[in-house]
Order: sequence, then structure tokens, then C-alpha cells
Amino acid sequence: MINVPEGIPIARPKLGSAGKTGTWRLDKPVINYDKCTRCRLCILYCVENTIDMKEDLFPLIDYDYCKGCGVCAQVCPTHAIEMVSEVK
Amino acid sequence: MQVLKRKSLALVGNHAVAYAVKQAKPQVLSVFPITPQTTMLEKLAEYVSKGELKAEMIRVESEHSAMAAVYGAAVAGSRVFTATSSQGLLYMTEMIYWAGGQRVPIVAAIATRALAEPWTIWDDHQDFISKRDAIWIQMMAENVQEAYDMTLQAFKISEDQRVIMPVMMGFDGFILTHTMERVEVLEDSEVDSFLPPRQFNLIDFSDPVGVGPIATPDEYIKIRYEAKKAMERSKDVIRDIMKEYEKISGRKYDLVECYKCEDADYVIVSMGAWSSDGKVAVDRLRNNGEKVGLLKIRVFRPFPKEEIREKLKDVKAVVTFDRAYSFGSGGILANEIKSALYGNNIPVHSVIAGLGGKDVRPLHFQNVIEDLISGKLEEERWIL
Ligand code: SF4
Ligand code: SF4
Repeated sequence: MINVPEGIPIARPKLGSAGKTGTWRLDKPVINYDKCTRCRLCILYCVENTIDMKEDLFPLIDYDYCKGCGVCAQVCPTHAIEMVSEVK
Repeated sequence: MQVLKRKSLALVGNHAVAYAVKQAKPQVLSVFPITPQTTMLEKLAEYVSKGELKAEMIRVESEHSAMAAVYGAAVAGSRVFTATSSQGLLYMTEMIYWAGGQRVPIVAAIATRALAEPWTIWDDHQDFISKRDAIWIQMMAENVQEAYDMTLQAFKISEDQRVIMPVMMGFDGFILTHTMERVEVLEDSEVDSFLPPRQFNLIDFSDPVGVGPIATPDEYIKIRYEAKKAMERSKDVIRDIMKEYEKISGRKYDLVECYKCEDADYVIVSMGAWSSDGKVAVDRLRNNGEKVGLLKIRVFRPFPKEEIREKLKDVKAVVTFDRAYSFGSGGILANEIKSALYGNNIPVHSVIAGLGGKDVRPLHFQNVIEDLISGKLEEERWIL
């Protein structure tokens, strides 16, 4: 634990019900790897910086931090990303 | 005092500050060029390109981003530096309040310059003084030597565990940034022992925290209260650090500087480069038998109220010289001094001069004091 001096404004965030994103996410992006051309646009555009190229050179979404904004699905030229509702 | 044989360099103010920054070894710099600060940035870029300063130099598209970049780097644990001037400082303002409120150690050198409109590139203090409520420690240098010394002090003050607050070191645009003076510099090893690498860190990946969180009204006022207390604590810390610096350099520093005001009847209060002109005027007036002194405000925030009260308690009248004005209110230094002297019944006259670089000479100081003594000085005078 870091020793933050008194009076410095910090917060210790808690986990939300949908993971580390808190209660933000309603829809979850799911990549169809058959359609994906590995163009990396989704990585570039992800506002939360949560998509990464993994060793197998496919984009992988870190759902702990994905906010479900859908930008990746919008920019994907091959429509490989589908937004799936997470509302129960 | 111990006389030390020191390395002396001929440096313009901007290069003196850059030299101090190089010796302070920041890991991240982010500076956007603006007149009259530009040559400082160029010097820093040169140090980095030659490998003399091993720092990440982030090239940004604006001052707002420059402050944002050093803010983030400072949160992550780096020693950081930025510099700006005038409208650039205004453009940076939004981030300046974030950095101040979050209380991250940042050092910013401000080459003071008048604000638009009308457009101008010359010196006054309106830009610097407009940041007085941003939770930054603010100090002003009188000459190039002080700009060098105070840049080094600023790093240590801002990173002190009792303070942890950004520090602004102001020095008059062109008058100091572009004037060459003989500067005594410290050895690198001396700076290393005065200023060891930064310890404080907010980011630890095994223990994540949110920095700059939203606060409820209950929390907000408490956090601001803590900032107020830290600002008050910082006075002692600044004094300690200045004393420590005096031990290495032999040069004396304090929150305020008194020039012949111990027995003075009339005292000029000033801040920044023209204090030197004021001192020349004081000498001349003393030669004519007038008991005149000059009180220089070195640290503007936290404002050294008690010190000023103490130093001015026996004077007959005070004249403040302001290079900045609060429109609809009055000279800013004048207002601060009046509030510091509240209840002491000492008349405070306010002189507004030098706005937008308008030349002010020792004779101007002299005339004002002569008018004061003969009872001809108004409560507020503009030297146009
Ligand atoms: S934008 Fe679409 S096609 Fe391109 S890498 Fe991402 S998922 Fe694959
Ligand atoms: S939905 Fe938004 S946050 Fe989530 S991966 Fe796509 S772009 Fe990133």
C-alpha cells in the first residue's frame, strides 16, 4: 500500500457489478474472429484503451475495463464486432 | 560569511533557469514555446538532444497539454518541469487548478508578461498574479542569479513531504529572461545532495487508487481545508529549505527581503526585477538623508502576512509598487499589504506602473517617495 500524505485527494475505487467498469456497461462488444482482418482499427479507437493485440495477433478486449460504448463496433470495417446486451 | 570560490557563468535568465533544471534532473519535461520563454525551451531541448539531460521531452500542441502531460507524469512519480508566459499561462489555467487541487509536485517557471488586449509581448505581473488562488506556491526572482537559485529551491519545496504542492517561479519577461548576468552556479554534486531523487509516488499497480476523484460537498470542503493547512505549513518549509540552500551557496533567502528598512520611516514594497531599481532609489534617498527602505516580497503565495506586519510595524507610511491591477478594486500588492497591515493605522499608498513593459527607473521610485514625504502622493497613482 502506498503512503499517500494526508490531504491529497485520492479515491480507492470499488469493483462494480459488471467488473472493474463499475455499473457503466449495458452492452458488451464481442469479436467474431472469422470476420476480423486484424486491421487494428478497434485498438486505435477504443476510448478506454482496453483492446490489445495478443500473441496470436488477434484483438482481445479486456472486459474488466471496457465501458461498452460501442465505438469499436462502429469503426470495425468488416463488422466483426457485435454489441451484445448484458442487461439481465 | 564564508567566501566560496565558485564556478561563474555568463547566462541570460532563460538559460540560467534551464541550467538549474538540467541540474535538478527532471525525468519529464513538457513545454510549449511562447515569447519570452522560448529560448529556455530551446536550451532544454538542446540539453536533451546532447544527452546532458536524460529526460523525456514531450512535445505538445498547447500549454494546456503541457500542463496535462507533466501533471500525469508527476502523479506517476516523475520529477517534472514546465514553463510558460502570459496567454500561455492563461491557456494552461484549467490544468493549473487540477494540478494545484490535486497537489502534485510540479515546478513551472513563468516568464511574466502582460496580458492581451492589446496584444503585447512585454513584461508585467498580471499573468503570474492571476494564479494566486490556484493552490500553487508562488515566488518571484529579482535577478538572474535568483531565478537560478529559486528554480532549484522550487523543486525541493514542491516535493517536500510536509508540503507536496506545485510551485511557480516567476521572473520578469525580457528584463530577466533575456538579460545576461554573471551567475554563480552550484556543482552538480552539490545539487545532487541538496536535491536527491524524488521519493513520493501516487501510482502503485498492486494497490490502485483513483487520482483526481469527484468529491461530495462534505469531502470537497475538507480537501480544500487540508490544502489551506498545507499552504500555511509550507512557510516554515520554504524557510528551512532556503536556509539549507544558504549553507551550500552562501546566498541568503527568505520569504521577504528587507533592504535598509530596519530604521526606515517610509518603505517601498515591491516584487520582482524592479526591486533592484527601487534599491538604487533607496540609496539615493538615504544619501539625501531620508530614512527610506524597501521590502521585497519574494514569496507571494503563501503570502507572508506576519513577516510583513512585523517588518513594517514602525514605519510612517508604505508605498506599494504594483505591476498588476485588479480592475474595479486596486493594485493587487497594495490590497494584500493593506490587509496584512489591517488595524495598524499605517497609510498604504499604491503606485501602478510598468504595465505592458512601460519603463520604470530609479528616478520614478525616487519621485514617488519625495512626493510621499512632502504629502503630495495620492492614495493611488498611475505612472503613465
Ligand atoms: S477493427 Fe474489426 S477487423 Fe479490425 S482488428 Fe478490430 S475487430 Fe478486427
Ligand atoms: S465498447 Fe468501447 S470501451 Fe469497450 S472495447 Fe469497444 S471501444 Fe473499447
